Amino acid sequence: MEALLLEYLPILIFLGIAVGVAAAAIGASLLLARQNPDSEKLSPYECGFEAFDDARRKFDVRFYLVAILFIIFDLEVAFLFPWAISLGEIGAFGFWSMIGFLGILTVGFIYEWKKGALEWE
Amino acid sequence: MLDTLAFPEVFLAIAGMAILIYGVFRSGNPTRPVSWLVVLALVVALLAVWFGPEQGQAFGGMFVLDGFAVFLKILVLLGSSLAIILSLDYVDRENMARFEFPVLLLFATLGMLVMLSANDLISLYVGFELQSLALYVVAAFRRDNIRSTEAGLKYFVLGALSSGILLYGASMIYGFAGTTNFDGIATALIGNRVEQPSIGLIVGIVFLSAGLAFKVSAVPFHMWTPDVYEGAPTPVTAFFAVAPKIAAIGLFVRVLVDPFLGLVDQWQQIIIFISIASMVLGGFAAINQANIKRLMAYSSISNIGYALVGLAPGTEAGVRGVLLYMTIYLFMTLGTFAVILCMRQKGRMVEGIDDLAGLSKTHPMMAAAMAIFMFSMAGIPPLAGFFGKLYVFLAAIEAGLYTLAVIGVVTSVVAAFYYLRIIKIMYFDEATDSFDRPLGWEASSILGGSALVILLFFLFQAPLIDGAGAAAASLFAG
Repeated sequence: MEALLLEYLPILIFLGIAVGVAAAAIGASLLLARQNPDSEKLSPYECGFEAFDDARRKFDVRFYLVAILFIIFDLEVAFLFPWAISLGEIGAFGFWSMIGFLGILTVGFIYEWKKGALEWE
Repeated sequence: MLDTLAFPEVFLAIAGMAILIYGVFRSGNPTRPVSWLVVLALVVALLAVWFGPEQGQAFGGMFVLDGFAVFLKILVLLGSSLAIILSLDYVDRENMARFEFPVLLLFATLGMLVMLSANDLISLYVGFELQSLALYVVAAFRRDNIRSTEAGLKYFVLGALSSGILLYGASMIYGFAGTTNFDGIATALIGNRVEQPSIGLIVGIVFLSAGLAFKVSAVPFHMWTPDVYEGAPTPVTAFFAVAPKIAAIGLFVRVLVDPFLGLVDQWQQIIIFISIASMVLGGFAAINQANIKRLMAYSSISNIGYALVGLAPGTEAGVRGVLLYMTIYLFMTLGTFAVILCMRQKGRMVEGIDDLAGLSKTHPMMAAAMAIFMFSMAGIPPLAGFFGKLYVFLAAIEAGLYTLAVIGVVTSVVAAFYYLRIIKIMYFDEATDSFDRPLGWEASSILGGSALVILLFFLFQAPLIDGAGAAAASLFAG
């Protein structure tokens, strides 16, 4: 059990460092910087939608399109990381499987580009 | 690694992407050339399946090819290509001409081929989803039409739910059998046959069956069928009624017979129940329908019930009956939808059963073909539909499932009422408006061809029965 817990020690150290760095950054800006707040500065995001608001409101459908197109390539990257790490073990078949996958995504990308899905107007 | 066993699937995938790029770069409206290219690709795949290898496994055992898969793949490819040909005129007329339509149908067909060759819960799910996602889109293809979008949304929401149920069942099976591979699951079952099979596995099979029953629209998972059939554009309904049904029934049979034959006592009860429920509901609920597409939806529910009668015994003869039934169902349904696609008065599509009134006087050949399909669906000898029912009921009786067979015969008498009512309307009611001419050579040749197949089935049924028998045997051998 001891050995198992010891394996997780680096995570604990990282957690400690993360908390320390975050506390230092916030504390330093509290203590050292000049405080001059206004409503825009205090809002979570200076641009875009309010973070807490009524969900039932009109929303441009083009946001969805962009979001969906984004998700595809986001997932592609999520697949690329484990592939890149294990490339040495999965050999040529693994390499070409991913190339095939990228090829399929590229076909989809060419299609959406040509269809004008990436143009805002 | 990549041997020629999966050539038809790989070919279809590459062809689909190439056709998509061709369509998007071609100026003007490329729907018609793209449709024919898709049909060409499907025919090439059909020939590759027909003359290709007949046995083996690929992709590390995830993909299996046997006589059973080959038989059903030929049916699916045939059904898909004929349904696309049927849609050509409609798509032009009804302002639906976008080249993505045939491409989506091609990808759906690819998903069905993968489903039919699945030898692993993972490849099963991948094929299943590829098919479903493409079908959700085509159901809502007329996005300016409120009924079509409603059909698409309903199908999507309920389809996603059923996929979730199926995945839950798959995860239970994986948890209790320790593998997702069908051969591995079968081995695991043989290993503990001495004791009672674990309850987790049975729960898994129940959930998996529920997900699959949704796809074949068996009662009590049929609610989406009438609405989707009615709301979707008619060529899409024709496609829905043929290819996905055949593929899903094939998958149902493979999943229950291939890995779970050892648990036949457990799943037999489920199949008997959904089979009886589908036959009864399909028989009675169709009586009051006024819309012919809704009627076909209930008719397909009851047809699925009859096909499941063949699955219930879990025997080779039963599977042979299912294969024959689906073959005949393919031609009956395609022919009927060819007639429905011709139901056009003054340039407008009509869908009421009463609109068929007096068809025998205005279009005698079409009325005769429709009468053949209706008599065949009602199961009147010597038409093909009779033999389809005969073989599934025979298999049920051989296995001692007398109640199932008797209920099947009784409900088929009930269903005969509404099939015969259509014939009565066509032949004995006064004509109101005649349908527009011309029919278009594609629709008329499919109509005539299917009618001939149904009419003359009894003359050349021997090779088909042998083929179905060999296909069923290959499932039990492997």
